[in-house]
Amino acid sequence: MSGVNWPGVGAIFQHEMSRFFRTVMQSLLSPVLSTVLYFVVFGAAIGGRIQSVEGVEYGAFIVPGLMMLTILQQSVSNASFGIYFPKFSGTIYEYLVSPVGWIEVTLGFVGAAATKAVLIALVILLTSFFFVGVHILHPVWMLAFLVLTATGFSLLGFIIGLWAKSFEQLQIVPMMVITPLVFLGGAFYSADMLPPFWEGVAKLNPVLYLVSGFRWAFFGIADVPVGVSLVAVGLMIAACCLAIRWIFATGWRLRE
Amino acid sequence: MRAMPGPITPGPSEKDDTMTAIIRIENLSKQYGSGTKALSGVSLDIHEGEIIALLGPNGAGKTTLISIICGLVVPTGGTVRVGGHDIATQWRAARKLIGLVPQEIALEPFETVINAVRFTRGLYGEGPDDAYIERVLRSLALWDKRDAMTRELSGGMKRRVLIAKALSHRPKVLFLDEPTAGVDVALRREMWEVVDQLRRDGVTIILTTHYLEEAEEMADRIGVINHGELLLVRPTADLMGEFGKKTLTIELMEPLAAIPDALSDRALRLSDDGRSLAYEYDTRADRTGIAHLLGDLARKGIMVRDVSTRQSSLEEVFMTLVAEPRQEVTA
Ligand SMILES: Nc1ncnc2c1ncn2[C@@H]1O[C@H](COP(=O)(O)OP(=O)(O)OP(=O)(O)O)[C@@H](O)[C@H]1O
Ligand SMILES: [Mg+2]
Repeated sequence: MSGVNWPGVGAIFQHEMSRFFRTVMQSLLSPVLSTVLYFVVFGAAIGGRIQSVEGVEYGAFIVPGLMMLTILQQSVSNASFGIYFPKFSGTIYEYLVSPVGWIEVTLGFVGAAATKAVLIALVILLTSFFFVGVHILHPVWMLAFLVLTATGFSLLGFIIGLWAKSFEQLQIVPMMVITPLVFLGGAFYSADMLPPFWEGVAKLNPVLYLVSGFRWAFFGIADVPVGVSLVAVGLMIAACCLAIRWIFATGWRLRE
Repeated sequence: MRAMPGPITPGPSEKDDTMTAIIRIENLSKQYGSGTKALSGVSLDIHEGEIIALLGPNGAGKTTLISIICGLVVPTGGTVRVGGHDIATQWRAARKLIGLVPQEIALEPFETVINAVRFTRGLYGEGPDDAYIERVLRSLALWDKRDAMTRELSGGMKRRVLIAKALSHRPKVLFLDEPTAGVDVALRREMWEVVDQLRRDGVTIILTTHYLEEAEEMADRIGVINHGELLLVRPTADLMGEFGKKTLTIELMEPLAAIPDALSDRALRLSDDGRSLAYEYDTRADRTGIAHLLGDLARKGIMVRDVSTRQSSLEEVFMTLVAEPRQEVTA
């Protein structure tokens, strides 16, 4: 990594973060508001009927799922918008003519997108403390899953932003793919609660492994072994990095 | 198809041996995915410290050439070295030497001028140097606007912000793609002065322009591009001398009512007041016909008060060079 232009990485990271802090209220307010709504709807309404899942109070059980939902949405939208905007406004030329390669650009953009997503997820955790008593069994693993997931999905968002040719395309993937995957990934229930066939289908969903590992960090219970969850997120990060390296090497949708 | 007379081919001038080429372009070609052939076989050495102007009509390939050197466009053939570094394999070293001011203005709208410049400096791997950035902003008359958001600036100011960004890491080579497009006359003068200052600082400058007087005013050498081919590269003065038509103006003692019949076969124009004759001649021709003309005038008893010559503008030179051959127009 000795050849990496670290000041370049820092410049991109800072540049991206400054956009977040310029609109810090909007950036935080809407995730917090939707979290409150989820607690009211899922926690109060459904939680009234479902007392507990696998020994955990339902209100607390959905906290990791909510954080995951937020972190996936925020990672993908931050990273995809972060790189799409310069493409749209034409300022992308600066990244293409300066001595930064795929490593610097990825570290800068994805690092900033993941940082924002993690910050927002932590704010949601704080918010949830007002509603339910949440005890975190493995706080370090919880943070590790948070950071790894944010990284993986920021990388995915980055690829979507590189690929997108219009704002419609930019929005369609998160809407059509990410949100369904999260809802079907056991954010609000345990995969065991599904009929056997659907449980099998759910196991094909990569998000299930993330939610499961994350929930394990909270409560010590998991749908799949924790090691499998770690491997899943590791594979995702590696695959995305390879794809990004290929995009920059060939200039696909970047250079004529 | 070339409009050029045979013997003039692009190539290094005789001065090359004594100067170092900071940019060496060899046999560069580009065909876009759409099939457009934007450049074919362009070779050019650009010397350290010189100002070279690229002239050519819309779509000639000027921006494509610049974009390849800077790393925005991947060539389909040929090589470019900047400061000895190949732009494909040693791109980090090559790009550190380059600053680009693109043809299209593109700026982050909600960023202040000074932060925009600091950001670019960071991208180039340079540590902060606010004293230098202040100097750059002052030289571009942007210091007062340093805390303004870029979207609040006029078009001319935005272009100067782009120049400030391009200079933020002290490049040795600066590309200016139509730096004075959309800039008023006073500002254009100012821009020329900025370029002049950069020249004195030893920065090599490659600019494109549609304003031919601009090339004539600023450039040490002029390259003419059309249909993706570099038709010629010549020192500005040589080009003027070689291709420039001159106009000989003959002021008369007595006004003439009309051009005498004996002189009507010459390309003479009589001024409205009848007090002067204009004679256009080609400096390249073996005979300019001036001696004969003056002799004929004397024989006709027309007394000459004064003579003067005027060199035609580069615009006219340019039009001669890129004029399409007739048959192509009618075909
Ligand atoms: N991204 C692109 N995709 C396809 N064709 C392109 C692209 N960019 C330029 N071209 C084509 O390549 C040719 C050269 O264009 P270029 O922009 O280099 O010309 P130019 O000399 O800079 O013109 P101008 O003076 O109008 O700026 C034109 O025919 C143009 O249509
Ligand atoms: Mg152009």
